[in-house]
Amino acid sequence: MEKFDGPAISVAGLRVIRGKNLVIPDLSLEVPRGALVGLLGPSGSGKSTLMRSIVGSQIIAGGDITVLGLPGGTAPLRHRVGYVTQAPSVYMDLSARENLRYFASLVNAPKTDPQRVLDTVGLADCADRPVTTLSGGQLTRVSLAVALVGKPEVLILDEPTVGLDPILRRNLWAMFRRLAKEGATLMVSSHVMDEATRCDRLLIMRGGGILFDGTLSELLKQTKAKDADDAFLALADAADAREAAA
Amino acid sequence: MSIQLTGATALRVLTQLRRDRRTIALITFVPLILLTLLWAMFLDVPVMPGHEAPFNSVGPGIMGLFPLFIMFLITSVTTLRERQGGTMERLMASPIGRADVVFGYACAFGLVAVLQGTLVVVYSIWVLGLNFAGPVWALLLIIVLDAILGTALGLAASSLARTEFQALQMFPAVIVPQLLLSGIAIERDQMPQVLEWISDALPLSYAIDAIHYLTENQSASEIWSQVVILLAFIVGALILGVATLRRRTD
Ligand SMILES: Nc1ncnc2c1ncn2[C@@H]1O[C@H](COP(=O)(O)OP(=O)(O)O)[C@@H](O)[C@H]1O
Ligand SMILES: [Mg+2]
Repeated sequence: MEKFDGPAISVAGLRVIRGKNLVIPDLSLEVPRGALVGLLGPSGSGKSTLMRSIVGSQIIAGGDITVLGLPGGTAPLRHRVGYVTQAPSVYMDLSARENLRYFASLVNAPKTDPQRVLDTVGLADCADRPVTTLSGGQLTRVSLAVALVGKPEVLILDEPTVGLDPILRRNLWAMFRRLAKEGATLMVSSHVMDEATRCDRLLIMRGGGILFDGTLSELLKQTKAKDADDAFLALADAADAREAAA
Repeated sequence: MSIQLTGATALRVLTQLRRDRRTIALITFVPLILLTLLWAMFLDVPVMPGHEAPFNSVGPGIMGLFPLFIMFLITSVTTLRERQGGTMERLMASPIGRADVVFGYACAFGLVAVLQGTLVVVYSIWVLGLNFAGPVWALLLIIVLDAILGTALGLAASSLARTEFQALQMFPAVIVPQLLLSGIAIERDQMPQVLEWISDALPLSYAIDAIHYLTENQSASEIWSQVVILLAFIVGALILGVATLRRRTD
């Protein structure tokens, strides 16, 4: 593996048009290596569009995306970047283990990887049932597990904790933290501002732009808010006031 | 393209297919039931001495249609499901090549096509008593190619559809004109010149030409040009399927 010291992800001047909508007008950001970054913002703010652009699923109208020093979405990155789409995307008629075996073969992961990630996401005891028979939370974890095979260096996770119970959410965030400690870079999106407390860094999105890029304590200091929810409202109000003035 | 990834995809598709009882029934029993129906339709038709029983002359052509129809439908709906379920987006963000996906599907369904074609031929000849003048292996070859053609066209057509309903709409657009102009309803050289030219451009015409040749002649010596043309259409449709698969979408 080539050594690379720059940021894990860097986006410069990204512009995305979906259908007739200018969804992301001009967005730039950097994600340092080994960080657990929360991409927070209300729904419709462009989180999924940004993540799709980073993994190379999204047609972009302009800008530069670099992941691990390579142009985003190119072939050498495809086994180094794991991606979980917002809607669980696995083969519903296969079992979790069969899904994992297939995706493991695509990234040339060791034969033991399916079992390893099943244990990681806590699905070992329902690994052999068709995915259709699993609960919503279990399904979300199968979809997440698929992205973990092959130990990708960068993980782009689109709302992986939404709709899960508090215990499961806590366990997943603990797992994300562990992966970051082991050296992976994670970008995790959520429209629930509370999840800010679990991240090293925050990227707060609104209307296709980045409102804030920094740590939670910086955010609270800057906005003089008591929690992330209030801070977001303060940021949004400030942005609206600036727009009205301009 | 990688043999390993194509193979893994074909295996995965076959595993999914094995779980789907309805589709298995559609692939295996439905063509047999339809052929039995066709056979029963002619039961009371008197056969003039020295003439061929109508089932013997109509049957082989129709036998080539069912696999084409069924494989087209199954392939286009299955691959569309892959796109709607989000797994295609996932695959396209993974190291798998676009050709691996298309050829993986083609291999899996191609294998199914071979089984289906064999079942149809064996059943018609040994159960329904179809009297086929030409070599049976040549009939089997054409019918299997027909089924694989259905798969290849289904793969190409599904990339143009966004919903399952649109995939079904491809059927009258892609398959029915081929059926009308293939020479099943009326000999191709008896059609107006323009329609004959159009039918020359449609793959099913060559399958039916070959089957007609086989019913009228004892040998397979003159079907090879049709076989080559059918293969060319299959390869062309698969290439179209690969070319229209996009890593990046809107
Ligand atoms: N396929 C699409 N065609 C047109 N507009 C879209 C499409 N998908 C999303 N959008 C629009 O792009 C904006 C951002 O969507 P998205 O990235 O999904 O936001 P988020 O993930 O933050 O909820 C929304 O206004 C949404 O309506
Ligand atoms: Mg989203």
